[in-house]
Amino acid sequence: MSQSWTERFQALEIHSQDVRLQRFYGAGCVGGDTEIAATPFVALDFETTGLDARQDAIVSIGLVPFSLQRVFLRDACEWLVKPEQPLQEESVVVHGITHSEVRSAPDLDRIVAPLLDAMAGKVVVVHHQRIEREFLNQALLERLNEGIEFPLIDTMELEQRALRARQGLVGRLLKRPLGSLRLGDCRQRYSLPFYSPHHALTDAIATAELLLAQVAYQYRPDTPVSELWC
Amino acid sequence: MQAELQDIVHFYQRFPPFDELPDEAVSELAQATEIAYFRAHQDVLKHGDPIQDLYVIRSGAVETYRRNGDLYNRLSEGDVFGQMGLLMNRRVRFPVHTMEDTLLYCIPADLFNQLCDRFEDFSEFFEIEGSSLLRNTLSNQADNNDLTTVKISALIQREAITLECSASVTAAAQLMTEHQASSILVTDPDQPISSDPDDDDGQVVGILTDRDLRMRVLAEQRSSDTPVAEVMSTDMVLIDDNAYVFEAMLTMLRHNLHHLPVVHRRRPVGVIAMSDIVQHESQSSLLLVRSIFAQQSLEDLTQVAKQLPAVFVRMVKEDANSHMIGSAMAVIGRSFKQKLLEMAEAELGPPPLPYCFLALGSMARDEQLIVTDQDNAIILDDRFDEEHHGEYFAKLATFVCDGLNACGYQYCDGDIMATNPEWRLTKTQWQQRFQQWIDEPSPQALLHSSIFFDLDGVWGKTKWAQELQRFIALHSKQNMRFLNYLARNALSRTPPLGFFKGFVMEQDGQHRPSINLKRRGTAPLSDVIRVHALAVGSRAQNSFERLDDIIRAKILPPEKGQDLSDALEYIAMVRIRYQAIDIEQGDVPDNNIEPELLSAFERRNLKEAFQVLDRAQAFLKFRYHSSNKPGIR
Repeated sequence: MSQSWTERFQALEIHSQDVRLQRFYGAGCVGGDTEIAATPFVALDFETTGLDARQDAIVSIGLVPFSLQRVFLRDACEWLVKPEQPLQEESVVVHGITHSEVRSAPDLDRIVAPLLDAMAGKVVVVHHQRIEREFLNQALLERLNEGIEFPLIDTMELEQRALRARQGLVGRLLKRPLGSLRLGDCRQRYSLPFYSPHHALTDAIATAELLLAQVAYQYRPDTPVSELWC
Repeated sequence: MQAELQDIVHFYQRFPPFDELPDEAVSELAQATEIAYFRAHQDVLKHGDPIQDLYVIRSGAVETYRRNGDLYNRLSEGDVFGQMGLLMNRRVRFPVHTMEDTLLYCIPADLFNQLCDRFEDFSEFFEIEGSSLLRNTLSNQADNNDLTTVKISALIQREAITLECSASVTAAAQLMTEHQASSILVTDPDQPISSDPDDDDGQVVGILTDRDLRMRVLAEQRSSDTPVAEVMSTDMVLIDDNAYVFEAMLTMLRHNLHHLPVVHRRRPVGVIAMSDIVQHESQSSLLLVRSIFAQQSLEDLTQVAKQLPAVFVRMVKEDANSHMIGSAMAVIGRSFKQKLLEMAEAELGPPPLPYCFLALGSMARDEQLIVTDQDNAIILDDRFDEEHHGEYFAKLATFVCDGLNACGYQYCDGDIMATNPEWRLTKTQWQQRFQQWIDEPSPQALLHSSIFFDLDGVWGKTKWAQELQRFIALHSKQNMRFLNYLARNALSRTPPLGFFKGFVMEQDGQHRPSINLKRRGTAPLSDVIRVHALAVGSRAQNSFERLDDIIRAKILPPEKGQDLSDALEYIAMVRIRYQAIDIEQGDVPDNNIEPELLSAFERRNLKEAFQVLDRAQAFLKFRYHSSNKPGIR
């Protein structure tokens, strides 16, 4: 990208129609050369009814702000969202959110403001970017007629890079298996404890911790943040 | 909305002190938590850095260090660190370094303080360690439990310099100069060590110091080939290499020594100096002994005595065994007596005649615990004359016994105290009294006098106490009639063996069913051990040391001596642990335990220990069956 994220956010703020998006872009984006140690992050996780952003819906959102030094649980948030489609039985099994809980939950529309405010000015961190990026973009398109763009660090992507580096050229030629990229398995490599999966906030915390561990092992505190995001 | 942090809440609920907090407090704690990650082998906290959080290890492991770089502690999942820094001056006291990848939950200091204020259990968890350190006058030294677990043999820095007793004083002076030593141990090759007769080094029989050379050789113009045996001091304190560093420390404080020769069965193996152990010296019990001697008034002394329960609890927490705790409590008890006697003499003037103040019972056996009354007596010089000297010693005894009572050592119910004129006897009268107990025993007389067979000199002519111990050992050995009566008394208190079928309960003051672990456990065990010890002529007073002598004399079936030792240790430790719990809960400690408090594990072991006592009593009955027949060999 020829344009920096900082410049992109400035442009998007002007072009955006929705006041909530204007506020989000207006908070700006850290420069790509900012050191990781000085970057404010927010880990984000969605539980969804399926994997297709166009057909499936978000059922819960968890997020937790953090820095390289600390994860701040006091500012953690979690929302249940009422999906447009009824819940499929199989997804209930996965994330454990029941019909009755969802029935009383608000529509995503009412969560957009607090969600974007919590993300504003921070670099978003997720595990497996497709879900969060595409579902959020789609959900906003449907409700605000506007999508959303932001830089994002994907711990799954970082893990893949690390595993590739470790696998080496020979390993790649011999097609040695890379190792699992699931959140829990990635965490195990850094001796992080087991957290019960498929709970949006727990997964967000788990993702934040994973990034701290990845940075501790593969990067330095003064690595520019642009080396991590995509 | 309030985020749900179930994983974190559940984690906290698994570990003390958080497991005692109410649900809403744990939830609040989880909300306030910050998480930090450190890979293996990184510094988490550096000495002197500011500290704002209490740290709880979520996963991984860390080591904490003293300022001098020595390892202080290893901690893992659920363990807590940083409290010391938070409680002191918000600076890191013990640096922390990760051993493994470690995830930490950090609790902000403000919330930590709030929780301490709101929940007593929570603050007590941190106070035990914290408060003793606050009191620690040598505050730059980290506290240390090495003293209670390390044996002296591990600490010997210098070899003992020895010389045979036939060598000349010139040879001694040359050897001392060569080694830059101010003292030398003198051995006698003609007195081999009984356990190792081939050892030609011989026993330590004396010590020769610079001072002896000056005062007894030069000043008296003795010839340079005088044998050292003629000028050495035979009055010396030795310590066995098997003793704990802790005991060495107490011995040095008690006798005001700076060097202590270490022997293995009276064969010299080294010397330890006060300086060798002084860096370890932050033990609160030692500080307590020091502060006892530093007090100027009885009122100050009673204030110092209030620290005793905390010192006791601390030793229990440091996993000290019953022997260490018993001897520490006994040394502290002795120190109170010594200080009180010093005060008494200051008030009443110097004594008109030499005397020896005696400790009896558990204090003499070095088996004193926290619940104890005072048992004491006085040996007077043979020139004692009631008309001239009686009033002085009556006042002295009253001063000491009242003082002890004020310090928490209650008056003896049986009036076995120096205030009772019956127990202020001259040396000769005491010998006659013991002779009478031994030669013309009656069960009734012995029932009340067995406490006198555990005696120790605390103040004054302590040598007289040793002479009395020797007198008793010589006269009671092989005296079957006496041993027979003593054995009968030792059978009067039986172990509560209905243990599993329902305890044999005793009604304590509060009418709750309980067993008295002293009356039904440690006391009858000590009684049994005393009978065997007197039978073999042992002069030891401590039950474990008596058992060593008994085992060496081979009068018990194999293994039985060790069984007795284990049983005594186990019952004593249960008694000690429950007293510590009582103190921590703010209750008055006693010797009773309520059986429902015991775990299945403790019940099983206690039952086994009581069975050892039961079998030991049966053996005693069999061995000392009749007053006329000699015992079965």
